[in-house]
Amino acid sequence: MGDNKRRYVIPGEVITTGPYRPEQNVILEDKKIIATKVGISEIYDDTVKVIPLSGMYIPKSQDLVIGKIVSHSSLSWEADINSCYAGMLPASDVFGRNFQPDSEELTSKLAKGDLIVARIVNFDRSRDPLITIADRELGKIDSGELVRISPSKVPRLIGKQGTMIQAIELGTNATITIGQNGLVVVACDTQVGLLKAKKAIRMVDEYAHMPNLTDKIKEMLESKSE
Amino acid sequence: MGGRDSKLVLLDENGIRCDGRKVDETRKISIKAGVLKNANGSAYIEFGDNKIIVGVFGPRDVHPKHLSDTDTGILRCRYHMSPFSVTERKNPAPSRREIEIGKVIKEALKPAVMLEKFPRTAVDVYVEVLQADGGTRCAALDAASVALADAGIPMRDLVSACAAGKVADTIILDVGNEEDQAGQADMPIGYMPNLGQITLLQLDGVLTPDEFKKCVETGVDGCKQIYEIQKQALKDKFFGNGVV
Repeated sequence: MGDNKRRYVIPGEVITTGPYRPEQNVILEDKKIIATKVGISEIYDDTVKVIPLSGMYIPKSQDLVIGKIVSHSSLSWEADINSCYAGMLPASDVFGRNFQPDSEELTSKLAKGDLIVARIVNFDRSRDPLITIADRELGKIDSGELVRISPSKVPRLIGKQGTMIQAIELGTNATITIGQNGLVVVACDTQVGLLKAKKAIRMVDEYAHMPNLTDKIKEMLESKSE
Repeated sequence: MGGRDSKLVLLDENGIRCDGRKVDETRKISIKAGVLKNANGSAYIEFGDNKIIVGVFGPRDVHPKHLSDTDTGILRCRYHMSPFSVTERKNPAPSRREIEIGKVIKEALKPAVMLEKFPRTAVDVYVEVLQADGGTRCAALDAASVALADAGIPMRDLVSACAAGKVADTIILDVGNEEDQAGQADMPIGYMPNLGQITLLQLDGVLTPDEFKKCVETGVDGCKQIYEIQKQALKDKFFGNGVV
């Protein structure tokens, strides 16, 4: 087993046998560190992790997600957050702590089908993830277009220190909100910018494994603007 | 079936089998990952004349709800043979045999899939046999484990499967349809190559303890060969010709 830092791995492949700490998507099985997903393995200091190339979104506390309201009870909304678990948005989050279910109508604030930007407050194995929209950049989405990408490619769309997303925003004048769950909202004043931004996002999704993708995206954005 | 060629020579004096293979040779195998757009993960396998497609969904909500488990995810598997997969039309309704093979594949995959990470969800594996030629359960298992990896479901290891058996008093690898019908024993084996654990072991026929041991060893060797093909299928889909 070479100790090279980055490597393509598939489930079951032994990444290393050294004294490392297993992190995301790896397991320790008698001193061997084994990948559990298809992806790129990374050895950093004393930790080993695998960046997955496929898979569903698993909620994580503090993640920014984009969700769609699918139903509500008298006390909470339920949002589809593109995961195997539904997001629970309690009514008190919107109406305040002294919310009275008999006097307020939930649909007056958020109706079925509305899109929201939310943050995951809490998630553990026993309950559905709790989400909130009570913050400045959170809440109902009024305008823009929804683009779906694979959740495993979200880090690529953001890029190192946000370089990729900055390049797309600058090149198209669009405002892009990326949910960690693979849903992206693009809002733009001009139709041309909107189409171009969408195309760029789709390109990132498709060619996520290619090196120098940021340059290629920049090239694409510039070539069409003439 | 009946009406088989009674003079069929399963193994000639040069150690060549009825379809021209050597004793320890598998049929021609090719696997392609990610062939379906609407499933979360998929794979297509050609294992000799077997043609099988597998689609995987999940982890997702469990329906009906009472099947869900608060401690862990559940794995469900449907094995189905198309009406045109065999020479005489097969009734598409699930038969006793298909239900059983579905259960067997599910139980062979279960040790590999880390379901405990997804409580209250289900992972569904749909196996569709398009053309059958003996050894479909092994071929289906090979494709299913590639499809699960393609879906990004965490797994401890891939499951590779291959049959071994006995014809003309000789232990052979990868039992074909004729050999299964006329041979003395057929032993499908599922194996996790990196962990070195057997997840499926069935035996139809009679073997002595020594033969049994040799049969298992032969089958495990076959699984290791198939593992390389599974690995290549996943690498082709995800890494293309790229290098890190």
